[in-house]
Amino acid sequence: MSAVLIVAEHDGQTLHTGVARVASCGLAIGADRLDVAVLGRDCGDVAQQAAQIEGVSRVLCLDRGENANPLAAVQAPQIAALAGIGYSHVLGPSTTFGKDLMPRVAALLGVPQVSDIMSVEGERRFKRPIYAGNAVLTVEAPAEHIVVGTARLASWPAAAEGGEAAIEEAQTDAELPDHTSWLELKSAESERPDLQSASVVVSGGRALGSSENFSLLYDLADRLGAAVGASRAAVDAGYVSNDMQVGQTGKIIAPDLYFAIGISGAIQHLTGIKDAGVIVAINKDPEAPIFEIADIGLVGDLFAIVPEIQAAVEGS
Amino acid sequence: MRKILVTLKRVVDYNVRVRVKPDGSGVAVEGLKMSVNPFDEIALEEALRMRERGEAGEILAVTIGGDECQQQLRTGLAMGADRALLVKCEGEVEPLAAAGILLEVIRREEPDIVIMGKQAIDDDCNQTGQMLATLWGRPQATFASEVKLNGDTARVTREVDAGLETLEVRLPAVITTDLRLNEPRYIKLPDIMKARRKPLETLEADDMGLTAPPALKALAYEPPEQRQKGVVVEDVPALMGMLRERGFLN
Repeated sequence: MSAVLIVAEHDGQTLHTGVARVASCGLAIGADRLDVAVLGRDCGDVAQQAAQIEGVSRVLCLDRGENANPLAAVQAPQIAALAGIGYSHVLGPSTTFGKDLMPRVAALLGVPQVSDIMSVEGERRFKRPIYAGNAVLTVEAPAEHIVVGTARLASWPAAAEGGEAAIEEAQTDAELPDHTSWLELKSAESERPDLQSASVVVSGGRALGSSENFSLLYDLADRLGAAVGASRAAVDAGYVSNDMQVGQTGKIIAPDLYFAIGISGAIQHLTGIKDAGVIVAINKDPEAPIFEIADIGLVGDLFAIVPEIQAAVEGS
Repeated sequence: MRKILVTLKRVVDYNVRVRVKPDGSGVAVEGLKMSVNPFDEIALEEALRMRERGEAGEILAVTIGGDECQQQLRTGLAMGADRALLVKCEGEVEPLAAAGILLEVIRREEPDIVIMGKQAIDDDCNQTGQMLATLWGRPQATFASEVKLNGDTARVTREVDAGLETLEVRLPAVITTDLRLNEPRYIKLPDIMKARRKPLETLEADDMGLTAPPALKALAYEPPEQRQKGVVVEDVPALMGMLRERGFLN
């Protein structure tokens, strides 16, 4: 008998798309009960969205002023208190939010954490990547202890919509610290789809040569309704901002279609895209490692090829 | 003056590609080049810069493991740490156990700031800093890309999925580093010589009176599934044709 509690990531208005993926992981554990905890202030809309995930039993709303912004030190004691009322598993997404928060929950509960769950082999048995994805480790969580884990989002499909879970107000008497203050979040404003949930992603590497040249990719992405990503080399060269980085040290993504343009294919980049549906690689170097994993490769000058693709898409 | 504790983990060098042993019993690391975990080097570099700006005094580098880890502590001393401490411990040390040991070190040393890598590039757990902050009852600022100290607070900009988030934490606190916080310095030969004379202390984890926390059991190791190499097309029309065949761009 498993009862799984999922910690919802959200921005105050919108539920993170990863929560439905974590729900799939929870269902794979064989949860008899799958509850979602929404911590926030005036987070009714987010709770509504969580209630629509297929398979969710209840949504627990912890609505209080201290939860206005997501602070791990403030959220963890509340999650740990909730977890203590009959849950066998507590799961979060393996995003910067979940990576920050869940080890704090695990430490409060005095249990180890299983990071980046990529598959469920049993109620307490999971596979997870180590060494930047160069090896896969099967681990077993200790019996008679609550299991705390993060789900590697690219490994899990989003659970369907159409659920009608009950929404309940929840309270804990957890003592909350005041040693951490949230000051601000600076997001790069973008009309484009979110990199982590987009079905098509166009990424550029160092071969783009400048931030101006990235406009080639933005134009193509806009035509395809795609998100734009970048290799670490392009980010380090200052062509684009950090939050666009795809790879082991950036975002791990699994779009249906991925364009790697002017990206050589360092292992740390490949780790971030290996669950993509179809990978298209465009590179002038026929020996580039990206061609080893690409489904469709095209060798040549990206500055000639990308406009040609753009024209072909526009003409269709 | 603020005292800073930095943790250094001995890991397989990031340039080396590891392989799973044929019998699935582990990852073959024997004879491979070992280094300081790159995120931990960034942590030490940040501490050194704080000291150079007059914001910090003593810097202590700590690791947990066997005698071979002295090598990584000597690297830390050569980079500029003032002292080093090896907590000797056999076998795999999981994040929760490491956090428990580090808490004991904190009780002895009473640092104002603990700076750690956000994750080690071997087990990729990304947990120890957060767990240590929790056991210590202190704030954490993970995935830091900028740290500004001001009196008894630190203002830390964090690399989060949505962009850059800024927190203010009261010290003492745990800060974990992301890649773009700084670029660690290169070690010069005279620094290596100087590091030999710096103090390196050893403690036994067994003498700390800790109870081992519950741990995960490693059952099997396997290589990742490989993607198959696809086809190379001649030109854009061929590429577009293949994409349409697969149901894209229609």
